[in-house]
Amino acid sequence: MTTLVEWLRPWEPSAPVFIACALAVVIYAAGMMRGARPGFWPALSYFAGVGLIYAVTQTHYDYYSQFLFAAHRLQHLILHHLGPFLIALSMPTAVLAAGLPAAVRRLPDGGLRPFFRALRVVYRILQQPFIAGFLFVGLIYFWLTPEIHFDAMLSIDLYWFMNWTMVVDGLLFWWLIFERGDRGITPRLSPGRRILVLALIMPPQIALGAYITFSGQNLFEIYDVCGRAFPIDPMLDQQIGGLITWIPAAMMSVAAAIIVLAFRLERDDEKA
Amino acid sequence: MKRLDRRLLPRLLVLALGLLLVACGGRDYQTKGIEGLLPDLAFQLTGEDGETLTEADLAGAPTVMFFGFTHCPDVCPTAMARIAAATEAAGKGLDSDLQVLFVSVDPGRDDPQKLARYTDFFSDRVSGATADVETLRELTKRYRATFGYDEPNEFGDYNVSHSSAMYVFDADGNARALFRPSDSVAAMAADLRRIAEG
Repeated sequence: MTTLVEWLRPWEPSAPVFIACALAVVIYAAGMMRGARPGFWPALSYFAGVGLIYAVTQTHYDYYSQFLFAAHRLQHLILHHLGPFLIALSMPTAVLAAGLPAAVRRLPDGGLRPFFRALRVVYRILQQPFIAGFLFVGLIYFWLTPEIHFDAMLSIDLYWFMNWTMVVDGLLFWWLIFERGDRGITPRLSPGRRILVLALIMPPQIALGAYITFSGQNLFEIYDVCGRAFPIDPMLDQQIGGLITWIPAAMMSVAAAIIVLAFRLERDDEKA
Repeated sequence: MKRLDRRLLPRLLVLALGLLLVACGGRDYQTKGIEGLLPDLAFQLTGEDGETLTEADLAGAPTVMFFGFTHCPDVCPTAMARIAAATEAAGKGLDSDLQVLFVSVDPGRDDPQKLARYTDFFSDRVSGATADVETLRELTKRYRATFGYDEPNEFGDYNVSHSSAMYVFDADGNARALFRPSDSVAAMAADLRRIAEG
């Protein structure tokens, strides 16, 4: 019987993931202690987002992600959609800035200035709506290309690289969608444009999910090659994975569009 | 022009990443090349004679490793018949001794004697080994594989999910190729010969 301790133990411990999650929590908490007042719901959304990303990568759940296609799809739904969605929704910039040591906050104006300027240019390019949407959908297709998926699941280094690209891209995308408050370096899109981007990323995700679900052939041989976590019909595993790629992923666009509209109405109310 | 550059950059990145992945996997194999993707051969198991067996005992010749169980109704016998045919085809005219290690992930039912009887049936090149479940977990994890057990039925029989791949290592123990169920015996034989030749 698997006990709670066994469930909490990471299947493949990853120091970078652990450190990133720990820093995300510590800096945010420090920001709150230094007087930043994000409010209950944003704080809950932020910690839930970080917690979910940690849970699917640094607990025994990761074992299932590696040896069941359906569990892998759920892991990526959280790494690329739900986790970054919740973090970006909380717009934690002010709290994180308050939590960072002053020396770190001054870094962009110090000797590393050219580096930060280059980073800023790259960031702004990646945050062009067309490019952001293209990358968001493109990455899902890229890692689900059967040959590439095979290598990514076979090599532990590529596996972590894949998961990092999903989280980073998820954060970029949802940040662009939920960006609000004081203007930063993220391009500010109108609510209509945000909803347009959200609508445009839906059909390719639905098409891919439906294709996997209804495909009559076993597309991802790697799970047969490496063995599954428990005996399960490969086609059933693939169908569940396809449905996860299809329905909840597309629903996230709808949920985000409703939130973008709600923000817009709230702003109108404040003006009125 | 500047606008074009902006759009081109991410696409080039994706393309570069794709090429990198293809390069990692190795393209010259007729089966699946895994150089750089999986670690070297290393294990400590119990052989058919009941003695400890390690990678040092198999050094000097290419080794094919397979994870299975002797009660396996389909995947394992098929894989063993295929690899026996491929090693026979590849072994002609080669000085090198190709060897196949059948690692049972079902130590509850497979003891060394049973493994010896099972592997003898396929080829002299095939030998069996097993260990306790914990050791097998570590070994399969090293090669990014796993196994699991079903609930036993009223006769005590149970199904085991396991890897269907054959991992091919060269004489120095470097991971070179992965044989999948979809690879043909001819392709396996060609790659075995290639790996045996260095």
